[in-house]
Amino acid sequence: MRKFDTKVQHLKYKVLREVARLAWADKLLENLLDIPKTLVPGKEATMRCCVYKERAILSERVKIAMGGDPNNHNVIEVIEIACDECPVGGYEVTNACRGCLANRCEDVCKFGAISFDQNHVAHIDKTKCKECGACAKVCPFTAIVSRKRPCQNACKVKAITMNADKSAKIDNSKCIQCGACVYTCPFGAIVDKSYMVNTIDILKKSERAGKGGNYKVFAVVAPSISSQFSYAKLGQVITGLKQLGFHDVIEAALGADMVAMAEARELSEKGLLTSSCCPAFVQYIKSNFPSLVEHISHNMSPMAVLAKYIKEITPNAKVVFIGPCTAKKAEAQLEEVKPYVDAVLTFEELQALFDSRDLDLSTLDEGVLDNASYFGRIFARSGGLTDAAAEAMKEQGIDFEIKPVVCDGIEACRVALLKLSKGLLDGNFVEGMACIGGCIGGAGCLTHGEKSKAEVDKYGKEAYEKTISDAISILK
Amino acid sequence: MLFVQVCVGSSCHLKGSQDIVELLQKAVEEYHIDDDVVLSGSFCIGKCNRIGVTVQINDDVHVGVTRDNFREFFKKNILDEIKNEGK
Repeated sequence: MRKFDTKVQHLKYKVLREVARLAWADKLLENLLDIPKTLVPGKEATMRCCVYKERAILSERVKIAMGGDPNNHNVIEVIEIACDECPVGGYEVTNACRGCLANRCEDVCKFGAISFDQNHVAHIDKTKCKECGACAKVCPFTAIVSRKRPCQNACKVKAITMNADKSAKIDNSKCIQCGACVYTCPFGAIVDKSYMVNTIDILKKSERAGKGGNYKVFAVVAPSISSQFSYAKLGQVITGLKQLGFHDVIEAALGADMVAMAEARELSEKGLLTSSCCPAFVQYIKSNFPSLVEHISHNMSPMAVLAKYIKEITPNAKVVFIGPCTAKKAEAQLEEVKPYVDAVLTFEELQALFDSRDLDLSTLDEGVLDNASYFGRIFARSGGLTDAAAEAMKEQGIDFEIKPVVCDGIEACRVALLKLSKGLLDGNFVEGMACIGGCIGGAGCLTHGEKSKAEVDKYGKEAYEKTISDAISILK
Repeated sequence: MLFVQVCVGSSCHLKGSQDIVELLQKAVEEYHIDDDVVLSGSFCIGKCNRIGVTVQINDDVHVGVTRDNFREFFKKNILDEIKNEGK
């Protein structure tokens, strides 16, 4: 059964799993230098030029798996020696150009950047080229390609540039920690820092571990979990979490229900709102559209709202959020969220945790997970938050016509925010999610696919409560 | 003063925490004991039962509270307790 989309994810997972194994056994500090050799034992290199480089990169991965560089506040880090220094030339004509007679490339270029040599082969004048890609689209031989780094292509906030030595460099003032580059880099050279070791430490000292700990650890799981761990049943994942040492597992979707109610009220009072659930979207507004900050919903994200609630009603509780998101790792470090969320894990890291304890999910009994409504659960996919806010209006009897603008992916968000900043947006509620498809497209997902949305909707429909009011009535 | 916490963890939730919360709220109103009882929720109390909901009253944990046995439970563990406290 395939657990990951790519081999890069699998490699990252193997490092996390080894680090976790040692951490559980209290042997991490003595043995961490052995991990690279455990993973690359042989004499033959399988990934890079030689086993020594492979091991050197693995040592860097071990470091990031243990929390990364403490002097870098960004949760996304570049492993410089892992960066393959991909070409950055932009559009280029390759030797597939046959020197045809049609010259569509020349016709379509608005900037006069295309010329031909004596063999009729096209050339691009880089001083005139604007990198629009029109020539590449019309070439019948697909002879024109864009030599752009995958990381730069993925980074829609243009935070990735190059160091003098050509390795990728992240501009922390622009980065929104969405993790798109992490998932995209084909060499696995950009990685999100892991707080897995902290989590293991929290679990080891908890009440459940039976060594005199006096606190309970709650796992708050994002609704996108329904599209993950597809080789087992959701109930088995819950049992697995409890076997790891979590006292209870609660749906972040319950926090989403709470947020939907409050956000609907806020929207009707303010008349214009941008959503605050996606930390990367919020950060994007803060760094790129400072004039729109006032419109960001004042509600904290479902993660933070629920974690706060758990801590209010349970003395000494600790909360670990588990989701698809790298930006949540940054959100948990914000001053206003820090007191409530003790650690953030991705689904990738959770898979490593399960396997570090040799838990075979598919053989476990099925636990239950039910705290939230259909509407809280569909927050995981683009459009869900809007549906929930509209439902919350209805349930609270608020007479307000919600005109939603649903955007997933930073490019779509940018368009909506640009219009909004110029007063041209036809809408009063901007649901922004940095990842395409919403959270189910998150960088920390094990698998990304077409099926994910259907899985989330199915999970939503299985909710015991059909309305948001039902789901949160219990809390008052 | 009784601190009554109704478990709203997944397991109890599916077995009707919401009903019990409602019944409790109504009963507290009916007997005018809102000064003596503090109602709140709690996530998993760790005593998941095959039937009914777990309710913690001060330090005592009661499992298996259902719609059917609610009246009995309420009288014994809440009303009578309040009377005892009053003595």
